[in-house]
Amino acid sequence: MKRLIPRTLLTPAVLSIAVISIVPLLITLYYSFVKFNLLSPGEHEFHGLENFVFFFTDGAFLPALTNTFTLMFSVMLVTVVFGAALGLLINDAFPGRAIVRVLLISPFLVMPAVNSLMWKNMLLNPIYGLFAQVSLLFGHAPVDWLSQYPLVSIIMMVSWQWLPFACLIFMTSLQSMDREQLEAAGMDGATYLQQLRYLYIPHLGRAVSVVLMIEMIFLLSIFAEIFTTTGGGPGFDTTTITFMIYQQALQAYDIGAASAGALFAVLLANIAAFFLMRVIGKNIAK
Amino acid sequence: MNKQTTLYLRTAIAWFFALLLFFPIFWLGLMAFKTEQQAISTPPLFFFTPTLQSFHEVMARDNYVGYAINSLITSVVSTAIGLAIAIPAAYSMAFFPTRGTVGLLKFILSSRYMPGVGALMPIYICFQYFGMLDTRAGLTLMFMLMNLPIMIWLLYTNLRELPREILEASRMDGATVVDEFRHIVLPLAVGGIASTALVCMVWAWNESFWSLNLGAANAGTLAWLIASYSSPEGLFWAKLSAASLMAIAPIMALGWFCQKQLVQGMTFGAVK
Repeated sequence: MKRLIPRTLLTPAVLSIAVISIVPLLITLYYSFVKFNLLSPGEHEFHGLENFVFFFTDGAFLPALTNTFTLMFSVMLVTVVFGAALGLLINDAFPGRAIVRVLLISPFLVMPAVNSLMWKNMLLNPIYGLFAQVSLLFGHAPVDWLSQYPLVSIIMMVSWQWLPFACLIFMTSLQSMDREQLEAAGMDGATYLQQLRYLYIPHLGRAVSVVLMIEMIFLLSIFAEIFTTTGGGPGFDTTTITFMIYQQALQAYDIGAASAGALFAVLLANIAAFFLMRVIGKNIAK
Repeated sequence: MNKQTTLYLRTAIAWFFALLLFFPIFWLGLMAFKTEQQAISTPPLFFFTPTLQSFHEVMARDNYVGYAINSLITSVVSTAIGLAIAIPAAYSMAFFPTRGTVGLLKFILSSRYMPGVGALMPIYICFQYFGMLDTRAGLTLMFMLMNLPIMIWLLYTNLRELPREILEASRMDGATVVDEFRHIVLPLAVGGIASTALVCMVWAWNESFWSLNLGAANAGTLAWLIASYSSPEGLFWAKLSAASLMAIAPIMALGWFCQKQLVQGMTFGAVK
């Protein structure tokens, strides 16, 4: 009886998560071994490893793999480094701090579709966009960001969205530091750099792992930003694994190959999550 | 440098970066009140006579209200159902931990790392089979399942902070688990539950992957409407801006209003 109630409370959640994560995975596993194209109906005959071979030898595969990680790590680096710097800056009170916080949370609340269309048109457009206009003002030739530096453009958009998030989490974390310890350090003549090195940065450890944990969930599956701007191009320059699978499934209707790719994406995510879990196991779950 | 100078300097730099990061949204807002001609004028216009023309056009042509209602229903209902499932689970793990609890928590979180595309094909075909493609119920279900793992984590880290002694005292008085939850845990946890709900509502409102792939004109959310502007219509910047502004305004207002709770909600109890 004592055990029964807690278990009953847990059941709906565990069941839903198990169903949504395991059942589709098994079906995907099945699809990945059969010939299944929505354009050529018929029996799903056994296809061996053909789907995997097809997916891994696709010209987009290696670029997609590199792009996925470049995108993820670049955004993580930018948001953590600049987020921490900005968080330290707004940690102590100054006039208008409440308004600054409201301004900072805003990019986080913008939906990815709006974010990317706004950047693509109003900021990065090589003729009418603001960036082009500003560079003309300084006498430079405008840059066609999305065709010359497509991946950098996507990294800019996504970092813009997540930088304020990281900053505010870091600031909240800094707020909880021991004031007396900081004052004592100041009185003992510790320089700001020393305080940074021995007090502030170690304190941010847990907050950094939270930021990375949440960002990784969203960065591994970036979709709308690519879908609405470059469509994966030019060439394969902004194709990620997620986007490549989407193209196989809903544009080429090759469910078999898409499923093989999906299994790979799941494997990739699990490897990434495994390493993260080790850090988080230490930092969050006690 | 004396204290006064440092403060001035810090204030100036902080405001500069905050305004810089906010600027794209301000620019989008400005654009929405221009005519199409003004929107692409070079050099860019900062001062002009505002017009509501673009908003009228979006309203007339795009059934904005329909998409907004879809967004509202799917994000609110998915959050409500999610809470109904997640609260008991988090409560159980926080107050009746067993040897398997940490492992279970890790499994729950790692399930969220499974990319949507990994489940897209089976879910798409399943939805097609049950006639759930492009329905609000279908999207609500997906949003709920998508947020459930994080919901459980956020609630768990929140509930774990509550002092256990209170519960032990009430248990001796013979309170049942349900009583305990209603009268002791719930009043103490209401702040954490509210921030969790807020975070998940923002994520559901802004969700694009499932909305773009499983939704269409019927149940599509505002994210779907905006993505439809990526085609040639994206060339009409004033209209695109007006539609975008209307798509982000409701959740932005909510987020501004509850900014502290929102950030607090996302710290996963890592901040003490």
